[in-house]
Amino acid sequence: MTDTTTAADWRVETHRVAQRIRARVLEITLLKDGCYLSQALSSADVLAALYTRILKLAPLEQPLDSPAFAGVPGAADASPSGGRFHGEHGPDLDRFLISPAHYAVAIYAALESVGRLQDGALESFNTDGSTLEMIGAEHSPGFELTTGSFGQALSQSGGIAFARRLKGDTGRTMVFVSDGELEEGQTWEGVQAAAFYKLDRLVMFVDVNGQQVDGWTKDVMNIEPINSRFEAFGWDVATVDGHDLEAIVDAVETKEADGRPLVVLLYTDSAKGMPYLNARKPHLHYVRAKTEEDRREFEAALARLQEESR
Amino acid sequence: MTETQVHSRTIVEWAADKPEAVVLSGDLTGSVEIAEFKRTYPDRFFSLGMAEQNMISWAGGMAREGLVPYLHTFSVFLVRRPYDQVAMSVAYPNLPVKLVGFLPGIMTPGGVTHQAIEDINLMRGLPNMTVLETGDAADIESVLDVAHAVDGPVYIRMLRGAVPRLFDTPMELDKLRHLSEGEDVTIFSSGICTEEAIRARQVLEDAGISVTHRHVTTHKPFSDPAIAEAIRAAGKAVVTIENHNVVGGLGSAVAERMAEIGAGVPLVRIGIQDTFGQGASAHFLMEKHGLTARRIVERVAEQLSAQVDIPDDIDELDVSVSVGADQLEAL
Repeated sequence: MTDTTTAADWRVETHRVAQRIRARVLEITLLKDGCYLSQALSSADVLAALYTRILKLAPLEQPLDSPAFAGVPGAADASPSGGRFHGEHGPDLDRFLISPAHYAVAIYAALESVGRLQDGALESFNTDGSTLEMIGAEHSPGFELTTGSFGQALSQSGGIAFARRLKGDTGRTMVFVSDGELEEGQTWEGVQAAAFYKLDRLVMFVDVNGQQVDGWTKDVMNIEPINSRFEAFGWDVATVDGHDLEAIVDAVETKEADGRPLVVLLYTDSAKGMPYLNARKPHLHYVRAKTEEDRREFEAALARLQEESR
Repeated sequence: MTETQVHSRTIVEWAADKPEAVVLSGDLTGSVEIAEFKRTYPDRFFSLGMAEQNMISWAGGMAREGLVPYLHTFSVFLVRRPYDQVAMSVAYPNLPVKLVGFLPGIMTPGGVTHQAIEDINLMRGLPNMTVLETGDAADIESVLDVAHAVDGPVYIRMLRGAVPRLFDTPMELDKLRHLSEGEDVTIFSSGICTEEAIRARQVLEDAGISVTHRHVTTHKPFSDPAIAEAIRAAGKAVVTIENHNVVGGLGSAVAERMAEIGAGVPLVRIGIQDTFGQGASAHFLMEKHGLTARRIVERVAEQLSAQVDIPDDIDELDVSVSVGADQLEAL
């Protein structure tokens, strides 16, 4: 982005990245006959805003490859950290940590869309031996933590943000969380500790798409009112339309150093960009084209999204 | 002889030249001998409250930034309650998080909620995890060096309050401590059981039963060649003595080793016989679960069909593991 870029321009470009994330994940859904598609549809805008506008990450010289899985941490042949796709760490740089590992495909597509993951790598998604696993772990592109067991990433991010403050880092630590994780007790232990230690460079994004495996979150285990719960714990709360790029960016950039962590509640539509899926709500945890009509509609949606991501 | 507050003294001296070592406490600071550390290094002591799942993952985050957190609380709250967090936030990423767990086995009148009788089993089952146990003052004084040198997570079964001094050398990772050589019976003991086993051994030897005795400080890795050598030295039986469920602890580890080398003698697993405990004094519980010197002698004699005269005062010797009043403040 150059100095002459206008405010309108960044939104156009960021929207294009968001539509590309949606298009690529839909493409993978058709290619693999099923994928975590709705998670990408709901989170594409915040991921695009983060990677193109909000996060201060070290640039990469070129998109990185993600070789096949070699070994677990501690093994002699351990796979390198998926955090390398976010560039070298630096005291004044941001960190981006991902909690809902089921969103992995959206993260991979986002990294590809912003030139951090090599073109073509996404096609290895969920194939045996690939590090682009269906539910990512810390060898998967973009993942620094292993977070498929929900509710642990906020606490780990709190520990990272806390240690960074002890070291004098000025960069922010941002963690992306899904709304279902607010049902986990550990989440509130982490919320409590982050407020207690006044981690005002910790930013948590919650994708409030209102759905989980068994159905509407309000019917499975109610988590609302989310805003007043966080406020009661001593956090700053921003509630935004999770598809409003400007609102997302503003929520983070207007944050003051007031000793309070920030949570951005992103109210989202899990069929955003693909309204055909509205009829399936709330059962969108894992999406596949089941009928010929589905396939035609999916392909039509793909063509539209591809057009909008050019 | 017994000594008190060994860990409290040790960690204050030990940490002086290790700025990367920090302590996380779960609201039991005075009960896990870490209050003096807090006074000495207030900038390296962090209270995480009664929220152990968060504390474990938080420690993982700190370790990723180059610190070495030493988590202090009771063993049950480091193992049972946050097992998934230990597995995914610490063990899988192989982070240098050191779990210092107190009140191992039945060493607390706090009852079943406070008694970690399956902690070795659970921690041993986690890849990347190193499992250590202290049995005397020398172990306590050296276990921090051993744990710190491990490039990964470590679980320590730690003792507090009055402890005996049985050794005059530091413990070493994956190295048995050699106490005696014999031909009839090989005893592997760990933790507080070693003091009892030493008394028992003397009585057995007086009755003409010769004993190879090894003290185990490292439950995992468990690959010291001296383990197989000690097993092979046993002419009549191998005996394990542990303050832990006989399922999954030292008895199981020795059984695995015996099977691997094709050892042809019986194994007697003395320990908690797959049952939960109750709230009572350490001596009462040790007697009930067969961990006192008298009960050990009786069990070994039974196994060998031997007549052993047990002196009346065998248990009246200084049983220094008894719980003092200063330890009863918080459960």
